[in-house]
Amino acid sequence: MTFSLAELMVCAASRSFENEGEVLATGIGLLPRLAASLAMRTSNPDMMMTDSQSFMLSTPNPVSGMASHSGQANENWMGFARIFDNVWSGARHALVGPSQIDRFGQTNIAALGGSYEAPKVQLLGVRGFPGNSISHANSFFVPKHSTRVFVTGECDVVCSIGYNPERLPRGYTFDDIDIRRVITDLCVMDFNGPNKQMRVVSLNPGVPLSEVLDNTGFEVAVAPNVAETPAPSAEQLALIAELDPLNLRSKQLKDNPPGVRNPN
Amino acid sequence: MGDAGAEADFDTAFNLTETIGNARMNKCVSAADAMSVIESGMTIGIGGWGPRRKPMALVRELLRSDVRDLTVVAYGGADVGLLCAAGKVRKVVYAFVSLDFMPLEPGFRKARETGSVDVREIDEGMMLLGLRAAAWGSPYIPTRIGLGTDVITRNPDLQLVDSPYDDKEWVAMPALNLDVSLLHATRGDARGVCEIASPDHYMDDWFARAAKKTVVSVDELVPSDYFHNADVARRVYWERNLTSHIVHISGGAHPSSSDPLYGYDVKHYKEYAAALAEGGYDRWSEAYLGDSESSYQSNVGGLEAIQTLPLPVY
Repeated sequence: MTFSLAELMVCAASRSFENEGEVLATGIGLLPRLAASLAMRTSNPDMMMTDSQSFMLSTPNPVSGMASHSGQANENWMGFARIFDNVWSGARHALVGPSQIDRFGQTNIAALGGSYEAPKVQLLGVRGFPGNSISHANSFFVPKHSTRVFVTGECDVVCSIGYNPERLPRGYTFDDIDIRRVITDLCVMDFNGPNKQMRVVSLNPGVPLSEVLDNTGFEVAVAPNVAETPAPSAEQLALIAELDPLNLRSKQLKDNPPGVRNPN
Repeated sequence: MGDAGAEADFDTAFNLTETIGNARMNKCVSAADAMSVIESGMTIGIGGWGPRRKPMALVRELLRSDVRDLTVVAYGGADVGLLCAAGKVRKVVYAFVSLDFMPLEPGFRKARETGSVDVREIDEGMMLLGLRAAAWGSPYIPTRIGLGTDVITRNPDLQLVDSPYDDKEWVAMPALNLDVSLLHATRGDARGVCEIASPDHYMDDWFARAAKKTVVSVDELVPSDYFHNADVARRVYWERNLTSHIVHISGGAHPSSSDPLYGYDVKHYKEYAAALAEGGYDRWSEAYLGDSESSYQSNVGGLEAIQTLPLPVY
């Protein structure tokens, strides 16, 4: 059975939502949203998801090929102001794709380079990252694992709180911060290394550990028994195809690589 | 009112048809008259979200005016981008400026990368708290949001405070007091009752409550009895005494969406981005802005084309 790297990553990311129960899962971007949708259809049917607009759904919408929001499985109105009520309650897990991630798990989507007053590249702004990061669980999705993303120093703009003792607010401990997993095109990592260090948990099929280390701008821990990131099951692949009928997932990673790297 | 003659004059002056009892207010004005409430140096809030239900016709009227040095508070899209590109803005208070399908807003991006605007960059939810604080007359609302991030280090005026109830530090999100808010609603009546029939009213109600004056553009002007229907009345998110002026402009949210009436105009956003890239704000304004909303609408393909833009699917 063949599968793409995008499908492997979607399945790896969907495992982040296992055993969470009634938590609002928010995947930003097509593959993260597909991962959350897959989790709701398989490992965590009690999960909560929105239509990315203003309604909570009892079953996720497809990520492609939908002509209209009418007829979707609405559960309750969930406008953006109400999303914040949920965010601040803590019952949420966001899966997001930052432009930079540093050794503390701090992230950046606001701006790159230059000075804060005149950045080289203005990106989105901090958006909801500050509030998300201090309120609820977060995981990160990285389509291209490189030292440009996993930066050596601190992020150019620190948009989300991480495990940085220098920035820890008074009265807070690392236990108040909940960064779960990092899913990349090379591996899956968590933050269960010594003192919340980022740690390699599994390597994607055919990827050597050295490649992960070479493409990460800081030292990471390595789990005692680094596994291979599990291949998607036939059931998972069928559900992914159903949730993405136009196969937009094939356009998310450059050249849509296979899930098992060709040895060469 | 004892003087029947004066009352009749009042009715005539305000174009009222209803003459039983005291005259009801008529808040309908032209976009140009409504925008005369905005003076240089003011702090204005703009409703909507990114490319969705922005009061763009009102923004265009600002672009045609000589107002400048504005502080703009918004969940920003091309409203912020155009005002920045036109040199109207001194400071932007924002969590993002983005067009969703086009993540980086071209006018804002240029303003930031050339360092031509001051910024107060805060979290999306912090903005909501700041608007609520202003609405409630509180100097600030304590929150965890921003702790440990550059929102604190890059906003030196943002204070951390102690709580009388625990030993943690808290961010004191200050009130975002607005001089004027600009909003776009689906329908409104002459008294300022506004319906937002879109899937989400976003934070528009809080923008109205945080401002001294609120100007609302509406796609459709309706008689007051339109609101007798309870389902419609539930889609009214602020009270009419918060609405200062109603401006009836069909298609007035273009190029942003006014769901359920029309979607956002991907083609025009791309033309806008291309115009800014090729010749800056002047290129865009010469090609599209016009001297009135009707000339703008004919420059972008006409009202009928706007009203048939497909609704976005997310």
